[in-house]
Amino acid sequence: MNIVVLLKQTPDTESVIRIAGDGKSIVTDDLKWIINPYDEFALEAALRLKEKHGGKVSIVSYGPQRVVEAIRTALAMGADDGVLIDDPILAEGDLLGAMTAMSVVVKDLNPDIVCCGARAVDYDQAQRGAMMAEFLGWPHLALAVSLDSDGTNVSIERPVEGGIVTLEASLPVLVTFGGSHSIWNPRYASLPGIMKAKKKPLAVKSLTDLALDPGQFGRTSAKVLITSLEPPPQRAPGRIVNGGLDTEGKARELVRALHDEAKVI
Amino acid sequence: MAKDVCVITEFREGKFRRVSYEVASEGRRIADALGVRLCAIAIGSGVEGKAPELGAYGVETVYVTDDPALEHYLNETYVVVAEALVKKCDPGVVILPASVNGKDLGATLAARLQVGLAQDCVEIRCEQGSVKVKWPIFAGKCLAWSEWTEGTTPFISCRPNVMSCLELDETRKPLVEVVKVPVSESRSKVKRVDIDTSGKKELTEASVIVSGGRGMKDASNYVLLEELAALFGAAVGASRAAVDSGWRPHSDQVGQTGKVVNPNLYIAVGISGAIQHLAGMGSSKFIVAVNKDSDAPIFSKADYGIVEDLFQFIPAFAEEVRKHQATCS
Repeated sequence: MNIVVLLKQTPDTESVIRIAGDGKSIVTDDLKWIINPYDEFALEAALRLKEKHGGKVSIVSYGPQRVVEAIRTALAMGADDGVLIDDPILAEGDLLGAMTAMSVVVKDLNPDIVCCGARAVDYDQAQRGAMMAEFLGWPHLALAVSLDSDGTNVSIERPVEGGIVTLEASLPVLVTFGGSHSIWNPRYASLPGIMKAKKKPLAVKSLTDLALDPGQFGRTSAKVLITSLEPPPQRAPGRIVNGGLDTEGKARELVRALHDEAKVI
Repeated sequence: MAKDVCVITEFREGKFRRVSYEVASEGRRIADALGVRLCAIAIGSGVEGKAPELGAYGVETVYVTDDPALEHYLNETYVVVAEALVKKCDPGVVILPASVNGKDLGATLAARLQVGLAQDCVEIRCEQGSVKVKWPIFAGKCLAWSEWTEGTTPFISCRPNVMSCLELDETRKPLVEVVKVPVSESRSKVKRVDIDTSGKKELTEASVIVSGGRGMKDASNYVLLEELAALFGAAVGASRAAVDSGWRPHSDQVGQTGKVVNPNLYIAVGISGAIQHLAGMGSSKFIVAVNKDSDAPIFSKADYGIVEDLFQFIPAFAEEVRKHQATCS
C-alpha cells in the first residue's frame, strides 16, 4: 500500500503566541515546533497500515527550512521518505494555492491512500484534506477516530454532534484524522529510528522544481488573506470567593454571584 | 444590482439544526448591511416541508433539494447538490455553519468552485460593500481578520453558538423553490449512523459546561460532575490529562487538541489550567474555577475562583444550586 501523509509543522500547543511587528503574522523566533498533533495521528495510522499491508509511507509538507526537522521526526518514527516544498511564494498565498502545489507532489507519488490531520492546531482551517481530495478527484472520509482497512476498502468512524457515523470507501481514498492522543497513541521515535532517518531520502523542492509557474501562486492568485491579527479580549480580573467563609458559605456565595452578578443561573 | 447573500443550512434527523437559524440570522444582518436579498439552501430527506420555517429568520427564497438518498450527510453526494444550488442562487456571499459537516462541505466546495473559505468565524463585518471576518487562531490565543481579494466570492463558516438568532417573525413566508439534482452513485458510503440517545449535551453547543481534570483522581468521581451538570442541563467536559488517563472519552476533551468551547458558564473542576486547555475554553462568558491549589494558572482566567478541595466543595455547591432552584421555581 502506497501511503502519503500530509504533514504540517506547528508551534507546540503550550506556546504563548505573540503578534509580530507587521500586525498580521506571529513572532516565530522563540517558538518550539512540533508536528501538528492531528497529522501525527494520521502518521501513526499510516504506519499501522504499512505494518499490516506492506508498502511505504511518504511525507509531503510545505513550509520553510525548519520543517525539515518535522519530516526527519516522521522518518524516525518509521516513514520512508519525504518531500518538502520550500518556496516563500506559497507563504504569501492561501490554502488553495498551497494545496494545489502539494497535489502535484502527491500525484507523482501515486498513492493508494492519503492521510492527514482533520485540522491543524495553528490556523485551524480544517480545509487541507477536503481540498487535496478534490484535486486528486477522490472521495474523502473526514475526522476519523478509528480506521480499518482490508487493503481494498477503508472504513472509519466519524464523530458528529450527537452521534457517530461509520463511513466506508474503496481505495484510493483520502482520510483525515481527529480524535486525541489517547486514541491514536502515536509512537515515539526510537534511537535506531533516529539514526536511520538521517539516511532516508528527503527532497526539498521549489515551485519551479515541480514545473509550476510561481506567477500562478502567492499573493496574486490568493482568494482570501489574513489582513491583521489582534490579541483576544482581556478578561476583567476575577476574584477568589473567600471572605473567611467555610465550604458551605463559599458554595452559597458562588450561587449568589452566578445569579446576581453573572446572571447565568 | 449586487448579488444575494446565501446561507447553507444543516438538516439532520428530520429538522434544521439550531446553527441553521444562527447562519440564517447572520445572513439576514449581512444582507441588510449590503442591501441585498437573502436566500437559503436546504438539502436533505424530508426537508421540503420544513423549508418555510427559514422565512421566520428573514430568508426570502429557499432552494431545496429533497431526496431520500440525502438522508445522511455524505461529502461526495452533498457537495454535488450544494454546488448546483449555489450556482442556481449565484450569490455574492455564502455563509454556512462551522459544524462538523458544515466545515467539511465548505472546504470541498471551496476547492471545487475555486473560492476562498474562512472557517469558524465569530464575527462578520461589512465595510464599503465588502465583508471581512474575524476568526480565532491557535484555539483563541489570537484572533485573525481576513479579507477577500477583488472579484472572489467570500465563503464563510460561522462557529456554532456565537451568532445570535433573530427574533422569530412567523408571518414571513419564503418562496420555496424545489430543485431536482440527481444524486449520483458515490464511491464512499454511510454504513451506519449511531445517534446518541442518552441526551448527552454536545460540548460545542452547550450553554453550561462542567469540566473535570487531573484533580478528579479517578473516572468514578465524575459522577459528582454529572450530578452537578444535570442541575444546569450542562455538558460534561474534561482536560487532556483526564482523557489521557482514560477517565473520559476523547469526545469530551476541551483544549487546543480537542474541542474549543464557548458556553455562557464554564466550571473548571480540578483543572490546573495548561495553556492548551485555557485556549480551548478562554472565550467562555463566565468561568468558575475550583482547585485546592491557589497558585493554579486556571485562576488567572476565572471570574470566580474557589480554593477548596473539590470533593468537599462540589457536593456543597450542588446542594446550594438545588436550594436556589427550589426557591426560584
